[in-house]
Amino acid sequence: MYSTEIVLEAVLNGLLTGGVYALVALGLTLVYGVLHIINFAHGALLTCAMFMVWAAWAWLGIDPYAAVLVVGPLMFGLGYGMQRLVIGPASRHDDGNILLVTLGLAIVLENALLAGFKSDTRTVATDYALEVVSIGPLLLSQPRLVGFAVTIVMTALLWLVLNRTDIGKAIRAVAREKTGARLVGIDVDHVYAVTFGIGCVCLAVAASLLMPTFYVNPRIGGAFVLVAFTIVVLGGMGSVVGALLGGLLIGAVESLSSLYLGDSLGQLGIFLIFIVVLLVRPTGLFGARV
Amino acid sequence: MLEVEGLEAGYGGTTVLRGIDLRVDEGEIVAVLGANGVGKTTLNTVLSGVLPARGGEIRFDGVRIDRLADRRIVEAGLIHVPEGRRIFPNMSVIENLELGCYRRGRANRAANLERVFTTFPRLRERASQLAGTLSGGEQQMLAIGRGLMGEPRLLILDEPSLGLSPLLVEEMFELIKRLNREGLAIMLVEQNVVQSLEIAARAYVIENGVVALSGAAREVAADPDLRRIYLGL
Repeated sequence: MYSTEIVLEAVLNGLLTGGVYALVALGLTLVYGVLHIINFAHGALLTCAMFMVWAAWAWLGIDPYAAVLVVGPLMFGLGYGMQRLVIGPASRHDDGNILLVTLGLAIVLENALLAGFKSDTRTVATDYALEVVSIGPLLLSQPRLVGFAVTIVMTALLWLVLNRTDIGKAIRAVAREKTGARLVGIDVDHVYAVTFGIGCVCLAVAASLLMPTFYVNPRIGGAFVLVAFTIVVLGGMGSVVGALLGGLLIGAVESLSSLYLGDSLGQLGIFLIFIVVLLVRPTGLFGARV
Repeated sequence: MLEVEGLEAGYGGTTVLRGIDLRVDEGEIVAVLGANGVGKTTLNTVLSGVLPARGGEIRFDGVRIDRLADRRIVEAGLIHVPEGRRIFPNMSVIENLELGCYRRGRANRAANLERVFTTFPRLRERASQLAGTLSGGEQQMLAIGRGLMGEPRLLILDEPSLGLSPLLVEEMFELIKRLNREGLAIMLVEQNVVQSLEIAARAYVIENGVVALSGAAREVAADPDLRRIYLGL
């Protein structure tokens, strides 16, 4: 058996990784909660954001963390435009179409990236990627610690936007009562597109947190989105807090199962939990909605 | 104030409205009556721009609004309190009311809120409660309160008495009279014929997507055709 310190360190590092998972899941759950669509393009959009962060570093020499200031607005614009110009018009009146449209967009985006960047794996070199912070006897990865802190801040920001601003209230109104929202003069198409844009901003932030320690290739997004789907179901579809807590839980579970079962089986624990939750509590652990 | 001419509308292959003509003037209560399924709610959704018209014209203050987006119609002051309330169940009473000012009346938000709370003291007591947990009568008050927050010039009330206890129905009609006395024009769409005709100045009775009977409320009430239309005799 492992010493307490190793287990504790695994749990903490898992929680820290879970923070970035939570960010990816946050975007997914927000879009689901408001637009009631499962966005299959989420993974491809994460890949886009990661390439943007990479390009900002490789071509313009911008630090991956600083790149979020450029990539964030770009991703918002991409998400807003995609919903407004493609997904919305293409899927009017039929939710079934939306699944196909987002799936189609995912294929188009991935292949465009493949055509542009080939299937090479690219990384960003920073001098802080391998830094560790020691807390007592524990060693924690600095980039992950930063990622965790930023995730908490992002979740809090999102909560504030949803609960304290006019556009946030409009988003929550549209999520549950579309006709009522139209009758008070809310522009539902605009609100949908803003929501989609905010979901993409979450991905931009996740991308800039990931790039210092991770790599990007045109298919990388899928791996994260599979985990994000699990988190969204675990946390309760449409629940912001559920996405955060679910993300942290999944991170810790993954880390512990890699410790005990070996690296290659790390994700086994995630899907075991997933199946158990589906059987025992199909509405998720935190069934509240946006 | 509101003029509707030859209005046609429907869903998919079905035509529901086959040429409706009606008019609401400043400061009056106009009742729009008719049995279930004759197109009253369709008429309202077309007037508020949620469903597009297929023919005819709608003018509000002399300006055509039948091609405008729903939010532009709200902006003009034509506000629709829908059947089934359509409040935001996941939000507090106060948030629901504040959203009533989303497009119109925002500058006077605090004053409007105070006025709605004075009209509906019950809503003040429940201000921070989630709207979905209110009783049916309270939800109806909230829906009307939300409509009032947008400083309507013409308020369309769709079945405000539906699902309320007889006592609350009385209160609801009293309230409609009071709002009207304060100068608000109201188009009241109801199944509750007797009480609606008591408070309305004029009335239109719809049958099969056209106006079958119209005139001063008193005359409509006395018309033998009214019974025939309702009972389908």
